[in-house]
Amino acid sequence: MKTILSEQQIALTVKRLAHQIVENNQGLNNTVIIGLQPRGIFLSDRIVVELKQIVPHQHIKYGKLDITFYRDDVRKALHIANATEIPFSIEGKTVVLIDDVLYTGRTIRAALDALLDFGRPSKVSLCVLIDRRFSRELPIQPDFSGKAIDTIVSDKVKVNWSETGLKDEVVIV
Amino acid sequence: MKLSTKHLLGIKDLSKEDISLILSTAEQFKEVLQRPVKKVPSLRDITIVNLFYENSTRTRMSFELAEKRLSADVLNFAASSSSAAKGETLLDTVNNILSMKVDMVVMRHSASGAPHFLAKHIPAAIVNAGDGINEHPTQALLDAFSMKEKFGRIEGLKVAIIGDIMHSRVALSNLYLLKKMGAEVMVVGPPTLIPTYIGEALGVKVTYNLQEALKWCDVANVLRIQLERQNQPLFSSLREYNLAYGIKKGNLESLGKEIVIMHPGPINRGVELDSDVADGKHSIILNQVENGVAVRMAVLYLLAGRDDS
Repeated sequence: MKTILSEQQIALTVKRLAHQIVENNQGLNNTVIIGLQPRGIFLSDRIVVELKQIVPHQHIKYGKLDITFYRDDVRKALHIANATEIPFSIEGKTVVLIDDVLYTGRTIRAALDALLDFGRPSKVSLCVLIDRRFSRELPIQPDFSGKAIDTIVSDKVKVNWSETGLKDEVVIV
Repeated sequence: MKLSTKHLLGIKDLSKEDISLILSTAEQFKEVLQRPVKKVPSLRDITIVNLFYENSTRTRMSFELAEKRLSADVLNFAASSSSAAKGETLLDTVNNILSMKVDMVVMRHSASGAPHFLAKHIPAAIVNAGDGINEHPTQALLDAFSMKEKFGRIEGLKVAIIGDIMHSRVALSNLYLLKKMGAEVMVVGPPTLIPTYIGEALGVKVTYNLQEALKWCDVANVLRIQLERQNQPLFSSLREYNLAYGIKKGNLESLGKEIVIMHPGPINRGVELDSDVADGKHSIILNQVENGVAVRMAVLYLLAGRDDS
């Protein structure tokens, strides 16, 4: 087991990602944040806390998206759905999708399909904590990435969050 | 987590966990049905045949809509307009349909046990949409979903099931489900329409007095008199049935509390329910129909996703 990001490093990285999101989206005018269920929510919750400190006057629209019903492997495995909560329109908005690990890109493919069923955003960008480069099965890249790592397929990257009873940490098992 | 069964033949075969999983998945599908685009691609490439050997409006349309909202391919079969009328057996009909590469069968049949028979002989997943006087599992699930939505729980609820208990598959499925989920159940109706040993066999209260049941319950699930299944007269007239067991506005006003009225449809207005009750503020009958689509989406999704091969 090898630690890639410690608790302190994750905290710093989350701050940096939040600043980058504000920097690239004109102070979050016309921008909405959407975390991907289930594990992207831990990261998006933290980023939204930071965003509120960076732009305190701005009302931040924050939603959660579950992509279970948009997966392409229904015959192979059954996945249990989580709640989707997007209580605002994404029509014409800039959407920042947030997930913990970008690996094959299939989750993000499904997320884009799911998102477009809610309306037509003017732009969608992707923010992840860990970018596993060279493992992609679809042409999808992050716009904001916490840390890029080069791993082989047999490596397992685990992101632990304090909400699940462990301390914040990213490890390779 | 997945269902413990490959088919949905009846509530009898489901565990408490199965029922909870179906209800929680249905909540997510209910949210999908509020979206601007109400369709998800989950069952793309899954083909489902709706095999209806008995008439149906709600169940059939609800299943078809659920299948279409899940992006499944749908085949419809009605016995009256098919070769069944020329004498083809059930098993032959289904095997012919399956040879066209169909993954799931949704089936209604007037013979109790028809889907159980089919499940022994064919590889496809089977969903029982009502078999004779045995079970109608998706109706019980949507009734439970509607009660949970209204009260936030099923455990501890007092539910009265009123009417033709003897011939109603909705009653039997509801009884199994409510007992499994920890609700209290009372069945009400004329003695000729209540099976003699139902109280001991299923652990439910039995009464022949409508007002006593209404006073006791939180929810009254009112059933239709299944005249087509009664081959001998079991009460003197519909008018008399209405006088003794039909729910009228006066019955509810004298209770001194609010109860919820449910009905699986089709309603015979003026027999088991008067119009001002069916359309009144106590009724959640149309919510039941709305929830039916989400519940059936959940059942189809969970069964299709269970393919282990």
